[in-house]
Amino acid sequence: MAMETERKDAAAILSVEHLSTSFFTSNGRVNAVRDVSFSLRQGEMLGIVGESGSGKTVSSLSILQLLGGSGRITDGKIIFDGTDLVSAPKKQLRNVRGARIAMVFQDPMSSLNPLMPVGKQIGEMIKTHQPKIKADELRSEVLRLLGLVHIPEPEKRYHSYPHEFSGGMRQRVMIAIALACKPDVLIADEPTTALDVTIQDQILKLLRSLRDEFQTSVIFITHDLGVVAELCSRVIVMYGGKIMEEALVDDLYENPAHPYTMGLLASVPNVAQDKQKRLQSIPGSPPDMIRPPAGCPFAPRCSYARNICGAQEAPRIQVGESHFSRCWLWVPEAPAENNPFRKAGGEA
Amino acid sequence: MEKQYMLEVKNLVKHFPVSGNKHAVVHAVEDVSFRVEKGKIFGLVGESGCGKSTCARTIIRIYQPTAGNIIVDGEDVSYKKNRELQALRRKMQMIFQDPYASLNARMTVHDIIAEPLRAHKVASSRQEVSERVYDMLDKVGLSHEHANRYAHEFSGGQRQRIGVARALVIEPEIVICDEPISALDVSIQAQVVNLLKDFQYERGLTYLFIAHDLSMVRYVSDEIGVMYLGQLVEICAAAEIYEHPLHPYTKGLLAAIPIPVPKLARQKVVSSIEGDIPSPISPPPGCHFHTRCPYAKPICREQEPELRDMGGGHQVACHLY
Repeated sequence: MAMETERKDAAAILSVEHLSTSFFTSNGRVNAVRDVSFSLRQGEMLGIVGESGSGKTVSSLSILQLLGGSGRITDGKIIFDGTDLVSAPKKQLRNVRGARIAMVFQDPMSSLNPLMPVGKQIGEMIKTHQPKIKADELRSEVLRLLGLVHIPEPEKRYHSYPHEFSGGMRQRVMIAIALACKPDVLIADEPTTALDVTIQDQILKLLRSLRDEFQTSVIFITHDLGVVAELCSRVIVMYGGKIMEEALVDDLYENPAHPYTMGLLASVPNVAQDKQKRLQSIPGSPPDMIRPPAGCPFAPRCSYARNICGAQEAPRIQVGESHFSRCWLWVPEAPAENNPFRKAGGEA
Repeated sequence: MEKQYMLEVKNLVKHFPVSGNKHAVVHAVEDVSFRVEKGKIFGLVGESGCGKSTCARTIIRIYQPTAGNIIVDGEDVSYKKNRELQALRRKMQMIFQDPYASLNARMTVHDIIAEPLRAHKVASSRQEVSERVYDMLDKVGLSHEHANRYAHEFSGGQRQRIGVARALVIEPEIVICDEPISALDVSIQAQVVNLLKDFQYERGLTYLFIAHDLSMVRYVSDEIGVMYLGQLVEICAAAEIYEHPLHPYTKGLLAAIPIPVPKLARQKVVSSIEGDIPSPISPPPGCHFHTRCPYAKPICREQEPELRDMGGGHQVACHLY
């Protein structure tokens, strides 16, 4: 078992190192993301799972520094293509935003301009990064993008306004805008949460085919464990602004190595769920991020918690090949009793 | 023993006018019939815009039905007027989707839960009101000191508990839950579902449970109705829906649900439904689903299929059967 070590991933296209982001509000400082490190590899679909307030969205917004007036990155680095975006000048960041790292948001209606036809909105994105493009080239490029995201009759839809589109179609337009400059990295923040399951399925298929075609690396943020299982190859589980567990998708579902992940998986009823049995729920509610608990943020709700959990933050422990957990139950000194990771026989 | 029905909905229709067009109407609920047995949970599922919420709101008479009948515990309440509805509301309560919008921000939790007791004059003295409020707080897992706080001080899951307490404090016989968990986090959803199930076992409460999450509905319900564009297309026992779904829409809906098991998810072969839900202002002729149905035949475009019993109470409206 290796304790936390500095790791340098050669194939990483984007790496986030010890990122901390806070919001300074009238109620106090909200420590939304606390010491988060992860990397995204070329062509990979990385899932970030967590409940509301877990810091998953703020982590992704920090990458492009879209934090609004009250938010600030207080520590850490975001290395993209050899440069640190946190300390980079504004102009350089602007060239990355949209062009090389693009984002798709949860609510397409509030992300699109209601007063501008969608064709023009997609064109605006291309024009910002290629100011010298000719009008007819721009138009044919927009039509190509509309076709790429399977909008029927692109010629006709070019002049439509967002309100004339259904929720699923609007999200397709958002994806077209995000893909307009052929980005290296696509960050999708709950892109299907507001959609019906049948429409969600269509959008997930689209994202998968685009990844296969263009080898775009994708960070997919969601609270839905089912979506992650279908789409992603690697998963990060966040809670209380920290990464609790990191694993390949099969490992996470088959051998969850953190009590929080175990609780999350158990609270979703599956097809074979015994109807007479109660659903296993996680008692309590998520922590207050203005005064986060001193130790492991999950300790107050964890049924395996011991004294040390509430007092001191757990180290990042490697529990398998590319499988990491931040839980005190994995340290060699942890007692075997009431420890789900230390089965009979002493082998973890 | 003959089955006793808490709620019977017969050929319910609800149309809404379209502003700016006198001749057009939104066909929100179109000829819906189903029955809910006493002490059972009936789940209503469908995509957004399928009319499931309108159906619920018409049953509890927030809306006036355009046609059809609603029979609650043997009494026809379809066309009762304001004051006569008081008795219905005593029997039937509702839990809403949004725990943020459905609680009055300027009332304390105590007053929110006490309001139905006062409105229905259930408790005689102020002391009795308080006793019942505190008793209810215990039952939904909130502490007594929460009583003097305001809704904004609570998390989503706690607010939904307050909503449950308000609905159940006057001891109704049937509760309509309109997507009570869809605004909550996964780990909190299970808490609220367990709470609702406990009341079913302890008090023999009947529920109409509306949701778009089929896996949760299957777990919660005894019987399930699937709605599409204002119509019920399939009704069956909860276990049947996964084992023997009949309607192509139900099959497509099941195929679209992401499976939280990576190995199974990758093996998924059944294709889901293409396209968007058509407008309820001018629903397609014949079977409403034919525009998206992979098995559509010529008859589907012309003739509307009727809900027919395929044996064992499994009803389906489809020309394939």
